[in-house]
Amino acid sequence: MLWYTGKRLLQMIPVFFGATFLIYFMVFSLPGDPIAALFGDRQPAPGVIEQLRIQYHLDQPFIVQYLIYIGGFFHGDLGTTYSGRAVSDVMAAAFPITARLALLALFFESVAGILVGLVAGLRKGKLFDASALVVSLLLISVPTFVIGFILQYVFAVKLGWARTTVSSEAPLSELVLPAIVLASVSFAYIVRLTRASVSENLGADFVRTATAKGLSRRRVVTVHVLRNSLVPVVTFLGVDLGSLMVGAIVTEGIFNINGVGGTVYKAIKLGEGPTVVSFIAVMVVIFVLANLLVDLLYAALDPRIRYAK
Amino acid sequence: MLSGCASGSTTPAKTGDAKAIISTNGSEPQNPLITTNTTETGGGKIMTSIYAGLVSYDAKGEGKNEVAKSISADDAQHWTITLNTGWKFTNGEAVTSKSFVDAWNYGAKFSNTQSASYFFDDIEGFSYDADTELTGLKVVDDTTFTVTLASPEADWPLRLGYTAFMPLPSVAYADMAAFGENPIGDGPYMLAKTGAWEHNVKIDLITNPEYKGLRTPANGGLSIVFYSSTDAAYADVQGGNLDVLDAVPDSAFATYQTDFPERFVNQPAAIFQAFNMPYYLEHWSGEEGKLRRAAISMAIDRKEITDVIFQGTRTPATDFTSPVIAGYSDSLDGSDVLKFNKEEAVKDWAAADKISPYTGTFDIAYNADGGHAAWVDAVANSIKNTLGIDAVGKPYATFKAALADRKAHKLTGATRAGWQGDYPSMYNFLAPLYQTGAGSNYEQYSSTEFDTLLKEGSAAKSVDDATAKYVAAQEVLLKDLPTIPLWYSNVTAVWSDKVENVVFGWDSVPLYNEITKG
Repeated sequence: MLWYTGKRLLQMIPVFFGATFLIYFMVFSLPGDPIAALFGDRQPAPGVIEQLRIQYHLDQPFIVQYLIYIGGFFHGDLGTTYSGRAVSDVMAAAFPITARLALLALFFESVAGILVGLVAGLRKGKLFDASALVVSLLLISVPTFVIGFILQYVFAVKLGWARTTVSSEAPLSELVLPAIVLASVSFAYIVRLTRASVSENLGADFVRTATAKGLSRRRVVTVHVLRNSLVPVVTFLGVDLGSLMVGAIVTEGIFNINGVGGTVYKAIKLGEGPTVVSFIAVMVVIFVLANLLVDLLYAALDPRIRYAK
Repeated sequence: MLSGCASGSTTPAKTGDAKAIISTNGSEPQNPLITTNTTETGGGKIMTSIYAGLVSYDAKGEGKNEVAKSISADDAQHWTITLNTGWKFTNGEAVTSKSFVDAWNYGAKFSNTQSASYFFDDIEGFSYDADTELTGLKVVDDTTFTVTLASPEADWPLRLGYTAFMPLPSVAYADMAAFGENPIGDGPYMLAKTGAWEHNVKIDLITNPEYKGLRTPANGGLSIVFYSSTDAAYADVQGGNLDVLDAVPDSAFATYQTDFPERFVNQPAAIFQAFNMPYYLEHWSGEEGKLRRAAISMAIDRKEITDVIFQGTRTPATDFTSPVIAGYSDSLDGSDVLKFNKEEAVKDWAAADKISPYTGTFDIAYNADGGHAAWVDAVANSIKNTLGIDAVGKPYATFKAALADRKAHKLTGATRAGWQGDYPSMYNFLAPLYQTGAGSNYEQYSSTEFDTLLKEGSAAKSVDDATAKYVAAQEVLLKDLPTIPLWYSNVTAVWSDKVENVVFGWDSVPLYNEITKG
């Protein structure tokens, strides 16, 4: 187990270099001069642009730019944005709030999704099951920004139960509504995954055996059915944590949250290599770690899975 | 804190709590807040609140002496500026001639790479490619300095209210980047505390108790909240978290007047929108080009597009400046070419085809990240339906990509173009865009007649003479149509029922100091 974990962590090194190299190259390849674009329709003197290009190493070939970035990385310097801020400062501002939002969303979707999915699976074909299926279908098919605007309008603007946007302090109470919006689509998937898995496992041999042994229904459902049904759900959650961290652009925009998604989006538009790569590098690490965690959880959930040396 | 009761104003006191903080929308400044490096609107609205310069603009865009006691010249070239005494920066330092001269020298210096450096290029000694001193600036004493321009300019004082011309305290030069994080000014407001600028979130300003200029605040301060989308800001005004929003999102164009009855404004701003046809392309220069340009211009139903696509939040163009700029005219000679006229359009196009037949599509390049798709498609359709040619929009993914092709002269057709005035002057709308070889004249228009009129205008002895020349210069543009004027963007704003006295300045930013709350 330890050996396996160590091996997986070592694999992160080539993944890190490969991902940063590729991303840097892609940002580098975007058309246009990022410095000139900063000034919009009102261009400064050509000499000003030229000097700024030198200052940000944009006059260098791609490989030199990348090596300067990597060199700085190992000295703890992630470069600066075109507005002169250290990228590390920007990250320190964006990641905590996105992490809180993503974890809150993950909490909502997993608790509510598994619960609803379990009940629906146990009562297959009943009214509750049918409504759960309809609601989840609706959530999957309606785009997030529609759900976001509707919830914001109803609960924040009309009813006043929540703040319309998240303030600069961003307490958890203000993040509840955005987290629900962010969780909505994944919630629907989890309901469907759990339901399918539960209803399948209900007919499995080990469940019949457990029931035949005279175990209470509660024990059969929680220990045997649910635990075995969670394997696909956990796989989904692991991948989802990554997408919640990265893909919250829409939700962040609606609730004016200064998080990872919006920052990366802006940086890509500006062609700000160091910012994009630094953020993506952290996300890659998050993805890899989440996947590792999922793989380890498999073993805990399903006794048939063991990791050999 | 001292409230404003000691200001000795004789006008009836405005109602409202003198300590109330007004919240309004903004966007993260692109750079540290340095006077000569802030040329975008996000930083601009903060800078005009925390600085007072020689001149400030009133709601109509008229320049009024603020720190300056007088600005005078006999020949429009050798200016003498005297300052009012008693002005102080919020760190206690006195505002003197040196505060201005040093700041301008800093801004103009080549190696300081300030984005507004070109604003000083008409002062003697300026250089675009080497570190030189502005020899045209001379400190006479603490309250007097002289400015020598390279050539006469009658409306030169008009620009002195622009951010680039603000004074700086001497502490700034030690570490300009750090100073820009916590700028110290002499304006109606000041930063609420060190670190009041929370990056990407907001900036908090409070009133400057020492301020005694023309813009004494009727409130206690401003909280400028940065939004990445105006939709979120609109929801915040509806939800009561934001007092004033100066940019209603497209999605609310149909509803803002009913959502905020009596609490909205929709009036032209100093923003000119157009599209250009490059002179380096076949068919678009010479006599043929003139005919085609006129045909395209008359093929666009501006009124219908502004009504349908923009729900009346744009005003059809009648000149090349803006209705908020002194000298604006809706009846220039030849301005009929900006009116929809199918018959004439078809006629001109046919005449051009006789010179050299047009084949292929007509495309209009735009950046897809700027919300231009709807109107570009509408304009293309209007041209297509009128002239019977194949007209389409040509999206570039980003502004960056579109600009690169414009600069490299690689366009295959027309391109979106826009201009927002830096300071309320016709010259600022004409010179940078259409003068031969000018910085933003990417499509390579060149007319000696226009250049001469512009030069005569800026050298005129009086502002009226200058305006007459600029009007004549615009009439040249109407004949040549280096750009097809479309419309002026409006300032479309709403505010909550907690605030009153919301009036907008020429620059489409509210006159924050006049807003009252509570």
